[in-house]
Amino acid sequence: MKKIFTYFFLILISLYILVPLYVLLATTFKPLQEIGISDMWKLPKDWSLSGFIKAFQKLGPNLKNSFYLTIPATIISAFIGSINGYVFSKVKFKYANLIFAIILFGMFIPYQSILFPLIRFLQSIKLYGTISGLILVHVVYGIPITTLIFRNYYSEVPNELVEASYMDGAGFFKTYTKVLFPISIPAFVVVIIWQFTNIWNEFLFAVTVTSSPDKQPVTVALVNLAGSQVVEWNVQMAGALLTALPTLVVYVLLGKYFIRGLLAGSVKG
Amino acid sequence: MRKKNLVIGISVVAPSIIAIAIFVYGFITWTLRVSFSNWNSFSALLRGEYKFVGLRNYIRLFQDTRFQTDLWNTLFFTLFFLFGSIALGIVMAILVDKGLKGSRLFQNLFLFPMAISFVVTGTVWSWIFAPGNLPNNPQGLNLLFQKLGLDNLMWGWYTSTDSLGHFNLALIPVIIAAVWQLSGYTMAMYLAGLRGIPNDIIEAAKVDGASEWKIFWRVKMPLLTPITLSALIILGHISLKIFDLVFAMTGSGPNFVTDVPAIYMFELTFRSNRYAMGSAIAIIMLLFVAIVIVPYLFSSMRGEKR
Amino acid sequence: MKRVIIVLAVLFAAFSVFAASENALEIFSWWTGGGEEEGLLALFDLFHTYYPDIEIINAAVAGGAGTNAKAVLKTRMLGGNPPDSFQVHAGMELTDTYVIPGLMEPITFIYKELGILDKFPKDLLDIVSYKGEIYSVPVNVHRANVVFYNKKIAEEIGMKKEPTTWAEFLMYLDKAQQKGYIGLSLGDKNKWTSLHLFESIVLAELGPEKYNKLWKGETSFDDPAIKHALSVMKDLLKYVNSDHSALTWQDATRLVFEGKAFCNVMGDWAEGYLKTLGWKPGVEFGWFAVPGTQNAFMLVSDTFGLPKNAPHRENAIKWLKFLTTVEAQDTFNPIKGSIPARIDADKSKYDVYLQWSMNDFSTKSICPSIIHGSAAPEAFSTALMDAINKFVTEQDVNKAFKEILWIAEDNGYVAD
Repeated sequence: MKKIFTYFFLILISLYILVPLYVLLATTFKPLQEIGISDMWKLPKDWSLSGFIKAFQKLGPNLKNSFYLTIPATIISAFIGSINGYVFSKVKFKYANLIFAIILFGMFIPYQSILFPLIRFLQSIKLYGTISGLILVHVVYGIPITTLIFRNYYSEVPNELVEASYMDGAGFFKTYTKVLFPISIPAFVVVIIWQFTNIWNEFLFAVTVTSSPDKQPVTVALVNLAGSQVVEWNVQMAGALLTALPTLVVYVLLGKYFIRGLLAGSVKG
Repeated sequence: MRKKNLVIGISVVAPSIIAIAIFVYGFITWTLRVSFSNWNSFSALLRGEYKFVGLRNYIRLFQDTRFQTDLWNTLFFTLFFLFGSIALGIVMAILVDKGLKGSRLFQNLFLFPMAISFVVTGTVWSWIFAPGNLPNNPQGLNLLFQKLGLDNLMWGWYTSTDSLGHFNLALIPVIIAAVWQLSGYTMAMYLAGLRGIPNDIIEAAKVDGASEWKIFWRVKMPLLTPITLSALIILGHISLKIFDLVFAMTGSGPNFVTDVPAIYMFELTFRSNRYAMGSAIAIIMLLFVAIVIVPYLFSSMRGEKR
Repeated sequence: MKRVIIVLAVLFAAFSVFAASENALEIFSWWTGGGEEEGLLALFDLFHTYYPDIEIINAAVAGGAGTNAKAVLKTRMLGGNPPDSFQVHAGMELTDTYVIPGLMEPITFIYKELGILDKFPKDLLDIVSYKGEIYSVPVNVHRANVVFYNKKIAEEIGMKKEPTTWAEFLMYLDKAQQKGYIGLSLGDKNKWTSLHLFESIVLAELGPEKYNKLWKGETSFDDPAIKHALSVMKDLLKYVNSDHSALTWQDATRLVFEGKAFCNVMGDWAEGYLKTLGWKPGVEFGWFAVPGTQNAFMLVSDTFGLPKNAPHRENAIKWLKFLTTVEAQDTFNPIKGSIPARIDADKSKYDVYLQWSMNDFSTKSICPSIIHGSAAPEAFSTALMDAINKFVTEQDVNKAFKEILWIAEDNGYVAD
């Protein structure tokens, strides 16, 4: 009896979670003729890829931009986080915790409060409007969370391991490459997934740092699509699906690590 | 050796510290400075002459009805969003924690919205909640209501300019979309928390004859307080600076019923060229977030020292 | 060593590519879709027949109906690297943003050299001038104060003659509503369309002369006509679709096309949109000037100017001279769906609607649009747009009027 209750509520909640997914998929695969406002909830009669193809044509270049942005930014910020995490967890120096807290605060600020100076700064170093500029932005603002995740991870590593390495005469970097790095894979996976998802999905920096359509990431292109001339809903929804696809794939394949990244910033407290 | 590592260690993190010093604290100071200036037009920016006008931009903001609406919207959005996400998250966690067959599937399902961009969420829900021309030509959810014979459930959703006191009802669809996106996060937190509760405590309570309900409220929830606190803080700070979702879903809305400070800031800075006013909003947003986050950071750091 | 040579060779090659673009022309615009892009490319092709050696760089930026492009442009102008010429709305958008701070060169000399000062309506040249000097060449003209209507519905409600007064207009809107149609469709999700409607009403109430004087500081905003305009708008709002804040301007025009709404007030880019949907002007849809504005042409116009320190100044001047020709204008406009700024263009190239527009353009008073960047600086128009957005919901005439006065005063206009 109780089981039925539980399943009932689970399914109810699932409906809530699935409604947008249903709308997204059903609309994406409808041919243009079937897109009527009154047919919104119906399944496609003639399953068609035309919306998807058109969306891909329109958003293709922007998808490329998103990859050009997300992959380098993720890898670079993962390495920086790792080496920082090593220092903050294994090297004792005065005010380490305070400095770390000061860095961590950067993760929580509304980006609006640094947006205008950031733009002016990027202009002055000639990186405004470029993907490279956006990569720099994401790397810098990713420092707090990546450092946090690695710091937490390395603090679980027994200090003796590091001490032993020093005893053997290995220096700071050797210890990193020989001892810490090899066992960091899980942390790297978490950080990479978390950063990939966040940077790929990000909108505010994307829309203000890059402004010409050939440089804009796909999140901006999607919003532009919604505001453009002729609103073909199958193309719109297909565009939304395309934008969501990479992170969804990552989530489906590596969800476990995604959740770990999620919890890194919160349960620790 | 230790000293050498210390030096290397510090030089390794130095670039990060400097980067954060510039990109976070330096820029915040810059924004603060602009908020005290008269740079409210493109030509003022071009001329670059800085004129200090004190709190004038802030005063104008608080007298601005649009900003006042923004503040009320932020308050009510945060309230209901936090309540909704946490309540639903707890419910999800309890249901999944039962460990019935298929729980894994449900868990993963509830979490997938987090992998999607706020922009995608906003776009899709915008279409679902588009009211259509009532009463004859409903659209979206209204259309579904009509088909199910629930005509009197149809209403304007985010085009509605009705309000209960200062609570703009148009925020409801936005809240629903936001809860959809983030309740999985709360669920994950509570799941981890629930699994961390030692079994013997539960067993002991059971032995004492406590009902499931009682066990939950009297034993589990109090132990989950740190989780609840974390959830409040994390979701709270997201809610205070919400932009992408509202921008993609409804924009400012009629009579600014779904306007939020982040959107107003964006428009002022990047459309109206009123940089000083935009900066003032940015600083206010920062203060809101700081009030919530700084104490949290302090207590976590202190907790760690122990 | 070998590596060094290869690097040097690559650098040299790269440099020579840059050096080669000595004879280039960078044109900046937001014409990136549909008829606009097609028209722009046709212009480039035509330009090439005259100047085959000049390499044209198409620096167009998409999105947000030009807002992205404007942001990029500001950044470039601020950073001291202007394009050779850029698209900008006629009037205040250029004057306030770039002319007054001294970033543009006057181009009256171009008009004088070519002897074409009389080939453009004087009102229009007035709009693109500042302190006696002309600063840009208008390429296309859209009319903003137009009502497009569904002919089938018009017949159904017995509209024999197009309305010229508010009373008549409201009567037809009412009839349409009685029959179950939306009277006047509106899509103000992006806010600007309600100001678009309001400014035409103001034009009707004030009359073109007084309206134009507002922007010169010769008439006060504190005029009962403006207050009355708010009341008229309030009356009109009774016949507007309830979900207007969820729709864009295209959605609103579409309602007319789908036979759900009787009419819609929009600039004549809506005409172009109706044609892409498959309708023919005069067959399925008709049009008339917003009641009360039959003797005025509310102008929306794209122009090009000459920034100071343009990297290829001589080529930029060639481009501007080219744009003033009938040939160029008659190449671009039929494709884009607008009318030329020159009054001596070849009317046969334009459809029935555009010909009507061209006739009025050369005979009626020309008035600058607020929301489309001609009459006032952005700070004013965005503030007014927000005020009207509130008015659409609150419909409090006195409150909105006070706000308009406050905004006018705040931006240096006469308000007492």
